[in-house]
Amino acid sequence: MIQVSNLTKRYAGRTAVDDISFTVARGEIVGLLGPNGAGKSTTMRVLSGFMPATSGTVKVAGLDVFHDSDEVRRRIGYMPENNPLHPEMRIAEYLKFRARLKGLGWSKSRERVKKVMEQCGLKDAGRRVIGQLSKGYKQRVGLADALVHEPELIILDEPTIGLDPHQIRSVRALIKSLAGKHTVLISTHILPEVEMMCSRVLIMFGGRVLASDTPDNLQRRMAGGSQVIAEISAPQSVLRVACEALPDVEQFDISPAEGDFFRCALTAKDGKDLRPEVSALAMKNGWPLRELTRSRHSLEDIYVQVTKPKSEVVE
Amino acid sequence: MSVFMALLRRELGTFFYSITGYVIIAAVAMLTGLSFVVLMLTLGNDPITMPVTQAFYQTFFFWLVLLLLSPVVTMRLFALEKATGTFETLMTAPVGDAAVVAAKFSAALIFYLVSWLPLLACLAIVQHYTHQAAALDPHTLGATYLGIFLVGCLFVSLGCFASSLTRSQMAAALISFVLGTSLFALGFVAKALPFTTENQTRIISYFDLFNHMDNFARGIVDTRAVIFYVSATFVFLFLTLRVVESRRWK
Repeated sequence: MIQVSNLTKRYAGRTAVDDISFTVARGEIVGLLGPNGAGKSTTMRVLSGFMPATSGTVKVAGLDVFHDSDEVRRRIGYMPENNPLHPEMRIAEYLKFRARLKGLGWSKSRERVKKVMEQCGLKDAGRRVIGQLSKGYKQRVGLADALVHEPELIILDEPTIGLDPHQIRSVRALIKSLAGKHTVLISTHILPEVEMMCSRVLIMFGGRVLASDTPDNLQRRMAGGSQVIAEISAPQSVLRVACEALPDVEQFDISPAEGDFFRCALTAKDGKDLRPEVSALAMKNGWPLRELTRSRHSLEDIYVQVTKPKSEVVE
Repeated sequence: MSVFMALLRRELGTFFYSITGYVIIAAVAMLTGLSFVVLMLTLGNDPITMPVTQAFYQTFFFWLVLLLLSPVVTMRLFALEKATGTFETLMTAPVGDAAVVAAKFSAALIFYLVSWLPLLACLAIVQHYTHQAAALDPHTLGATYLGIFLVGCLFVSLGCFASSLTRSQMAAALISFVLGTSLFALGFVAKALPFTTENQTRIISYFDLFNHMDNFARGIVDTRAVIFYVSATFVFLFLTLRVVESRRWK
């Protein structure tokens, strides 16, 4: 669906995107992950045809975004960063205007506006003025706009930024529901978001794509893998022996916790999930187990990891 | 075409949804009213031989309206969209640059013409109280409004151009005010300068907006002036289009 090859974008004196290449298949939900200034928005702006690349080619559905700009724009639903809207318009009126701009006929645009308003939870809000809406509602209007012409590709630049947890959840659910039917490219700097929604992650840093994989694989590829924390009530020495005996444990650490519990931090070989083994162990010995969690690496860890020199995760 | 209509509707909507549009119309109505008062005072004292439209036009309020109105009407067109970011959503929709420029220009021009309607009422009042059919002669009136339309085209296209250059509305208004005023002043400068050759005088006279409008207000439609306004409008619209397109230059 998207083919980016050797894309470079330079602003006066500054390289925002530096020779990146990636592809996105039809029906995928891909997350573009990276800190501010990593080149995510620039990449999206080039993809959406808003500005040209300095060099390299970008194709959407086999069409060049620069030469077949109109055709490509017809196939893309784009929501820019900060979701700009016309504050003086009413929701339904704005969406209708956008649908007409995107070439939908009179009756078709009516029908689609009704549909996307339902889809985005704006059903009874059509008469409300955009300028007076809460951030969450505005975001839904932006999403509805991106969806209104049933584009093949949806590009959303930070769709959940500035929303409260409830709103984030509903936006995520909405995006997830688009999988399969549409191809979606989302930028974000929140890792859990990517894990929840995306089938693939591209990590950008300093204008380059440093890693591209499924969220699970990325976490597995993190050096050291993940850690399992278990709080078990058992004599410390017995616990130590038991932990040593677990086959997949690379290293472990036992420290006293509240009450007569001990906190075991276990690191697995090759990122294996140790939780079943630990719970089986506790069950077998009849030890009370009050916590069993798998700590995940934060986005920060991954940044540090992928931006380290000579990193092995670089593609 | 449907894209153009959708854009035009939205642009016109912005003028009439917000209070700004009505404030502008009210301000123009007040200035027209003032010129009406001045006109009444002149007419009350001495009989005049010129058409009422010309007398109207010669009160200086006319140019005040024209020079102030067009920057205020046009400053928002591109600058505001660039500042709020809606320009990005607009230009990533499958719309042509030319359609965007044409719609914005047309909307501003329509609004400009609407704000000139109170003049019609003033003229009707003059006719009603003077009982002279000549006061509201359709030909003279048509020529006057044609002049207003043509000068409007020029000033609005100039304002479009200024607005496309910047993301600050204030800067856009100032640029179009300065350009408009300079253009207007050209005719007077020409008269003040001691040009000797006939050619120089003639060339400058093509740019003499004051004189052009004077003719229109007397009911004289000079094709040279018409061509001047139409072509100048196209020049500025073309420049605007180029500026809008420039975002896609490599």
